[in-house]
Amino acid sequence: MAVRAGGPLRRALTFHIPLTLVVVATLFPFYWMAITAIRPDTELYNVRINPFFTLHPTLQHFRDLFARTMFGRWAWNTFFIATVSTALSLACGLLAGYALARLKFRWAAPLGTMIFITYLVPPTLLFIPLGNVVTTFGIADTPWALILTYPTFLIPFCTWLLMGYFRTIPREIEDCARIDGASRLQAMVRIAFPLAIPGILSAGIFAFTLSWNEFLYALVFLSSPQQKTIPIGVFTELVRGDVYYWGPLMAGALLGSIPVAIVYSFFVEHYVAALTGAVKG
Amino acid sequence: MADHPRHPIRQDGAASVAVAPAPVTLALPQARVRRSLGQLLEREHVLAGVLLAPTLLILLVFIAYPFAIGLWLAVTDKVVGRPGNFIGLENFRVNLNDAIFLRAFQNTFVYTFIATFLKLVLGMAAALLLNHHFRFKRIVRAGMLLPWIIPTVLSTLAWQWMFDATFSVFNWMLMHSGIISKRILWLGDGVLAMGCLIAVNVWRGMPFFAITLLAGLQTVNPDLHEAAEIDGANAWKRFWRVTLPLIKPIMLVVVLFSMIATFADFQLIYVLTRGGPYSSTHVFGTYAYEIAMRAAKLGQGASISLTLFPFLLVVIVFQLWYIRKND
Repeated sequence: MAVRAGGPLRRALTFHIPLTLVVVATLFPFYWMAITAIRPDTELYNVRINPFFTLHPTLQHFRDLFARTMFGRWAWNTFFIATVSTALSLACGLLAGYALARLKFRWAAPLGTMIFITYLVPPTLLFIPLGNVVTTFGIADTPWALILTYPTFLIPFCTWLLMGYFRTIPREIEDCARIDGASRLQAMVRIAFPLAIPGILSAGIFAFTLSWNEFLYALVFLSSPQQKTIPIGVFTELVRGDVYYWGPLMAGALLGSIPVAIVYSFFVEHYVAALTGAVKG
Repeated sequence: MADHPRHPIRQDGAASVAVAPAPVTLALPQARVRRSLGQLLEREHVLAGVLLAPTLLILLVFIAYPFAIGLWLAVTDKVVGRPGNFIGLENFRVNLNDAIFLRAFQNTFVYTFIATFLKLVLGMAAALLLNHHFRFKRIVRAGMLLPWIIPTVLSTLAWQWMFDATFSVFNWMLMHSGIISKRILWLGDGVLAMGCLIAVNVWRGMPFFAITLLAGLQTVNPDLHEAAEIDGANAWKRFWRVTLPLIKPIMLVVVLFSMIATFADFQLIYVLTRGGPYSSTHVFGTYAYEIAMRAAKLGQGASISLTLFPFLLVVIVFQLWYIRKND
C-alpha cells in the first residue's frame, strides 16, 4: 500500500519532518560516539566549548586504547568466537530445520515446539547455573565457554528460520531427484541445501551479529583480560570504579561497532529477511 | 513419500537397526552392511533422529541441564566455594521481604510495559513513514536498523556519556537554549534514571518494530485502501479499520518477542545505571547478577532469576497458542 503524496506543505508536515526527526534521533548517538573519539581531552572536559564539532581532531584516544588495553586481542577473540559459534549453529540448525520441515516422524511437532521454546529462553534465566556447568567442564575463562553456550540461543533461531525457509522450497524438486535414483540424503545435500543458501546466509548474518553483541555470558564466563570480547573488554577495562576514560571508551565503542556495521551493510536484505522471518517462522 | 517402504511398526533409532530392511537383494555381506545403513537412512524417522541429534545434544547439555541445576540452586543456600544445603523455599521468602527485590520486581514490569508500548507506537509510526516511496529509502531503512545491529553495550556507553552528570550534551543544549539554568542529573534520581533506561531501550528496540511492521504493511493490498477511500474513509479511519486488523497477527508476535527480551533485559540497565542510584533501578536480571556474582550468593541469585520464569512461561504459552490458532 504505497501512499500517494498530498500537497507539498502537507507532505512536509506529515512525512519529511517526522522522518528527519526519526533519522536524527536514531543516528545521533553514533555521531556522538565518533565525535567524542576524535576530540582531545582538553575539549571533552570543558563545558564552555561547543561539543558538536572539533577543530583539533586527534587520534590520541585510539593510540591510548591500543597502548593501555588489549583491544586487538579482544577484537580477535570476538571475531573467532562469533565465527565458530555461528558456523556450529548453522550446521546444527540446517540439519534440524530440514528434518522438522521435511521429514515425517512421530516427534516432529513436539520437537518443533520444544525448539521454539528454547528460542525464547533468555540468558538472564540461565547464566548462574550455566556458569557452574561451564566451570564443571573446565572451559571457564576460555573461548569455548562462549562457543558452546552461544549456540543455545543461535541454534533455535537458525532452526526456526531455516525450517520456515525449507517450507518455501517445493517438495517436488527433491521428489524428482529421488525418482532419478538419488537417496534421501543425496536429495537433501545436493538439492535442498543449495536451494536454501539465501536462508543460510540470512541466518548466518543474524547469528554472527547476535554473538558479536552478546554481553551477559561473556561477562560471567570470562575473567582474564586477554580472554575478553570487545563489549566486555571496553566496559570492564576502561571503566575503573567511577572513573570513565571517555575518549578511549568511545574510540573502542566505535571500532567495536564498525565490523558488524560493515558485515550488516553488505547483507542488509538478508538481515531484514532474517529479522522478519524470525518472527513469522 | 509413496516410494519408501513403511515399516509396520514405527520405532526409533537403535531398535529398528535389528529389524532387517524389507527389500533384501542378493549381495555380499560387506556390501550389505553399507547398503543397509543407506537403507536405514532412507527411513524418515531414522534420518530425522540423526539430523536432530547434534541440536538436541547441545540444547540438552546447555539448556535443560543448567535449568535443572538452576531449580536445585534456588532451593539451596549455595555460596561460591562452599557446597549448598537444601533449605526449601527460604530464598523466595527472603526475596519477598527484601525491599530491593520488590523494587526490582516493580521496575521490571514498569520497564517492560512502558518500553514495549512506546516501541510499538513509535515503531508503527516509523513503519508508516517508511512505507512511502521516496529517494534514499533503502539507505534510510538500513540506517534505521543501526541501533539494533550495534552491540548494545557500546551504544549504551555512548548514551551514558550523553547523560553524564557534568558533560551531558542534553544539558549543554538545554542550557544554551535557555530552557534550564541548572544541570539535570539524568541518572542521579531513581525515577528519572528509569525514564532514561526506557528511552534508551526504546531507541534500541524501535527499529525491530519498524522493520518487521513495515514487512507487515507491505503485505496489505492497496486495493482495500482504495475501496475504503471511495467509501469515504479518511486516512485515520483507513489505518484503524483496514491496516491494523490486517497486520494484527504480526504486530502481536513482535510485541510478544519484544516483551520477553525487555522483561529479561540485563545489559542495558547494567551498563547505564548498574541498578543505581541506591539500587532503585534494578530489574530481575541485574539484581540476580548483583546477588549471585558480586555477593557470591548463587542460591539466592538463582531464586531471583527463576522468578522470571512463570511470567515468561505465560507469554510463551500464549504465543504458542496464538501460532497454533493461526496455522
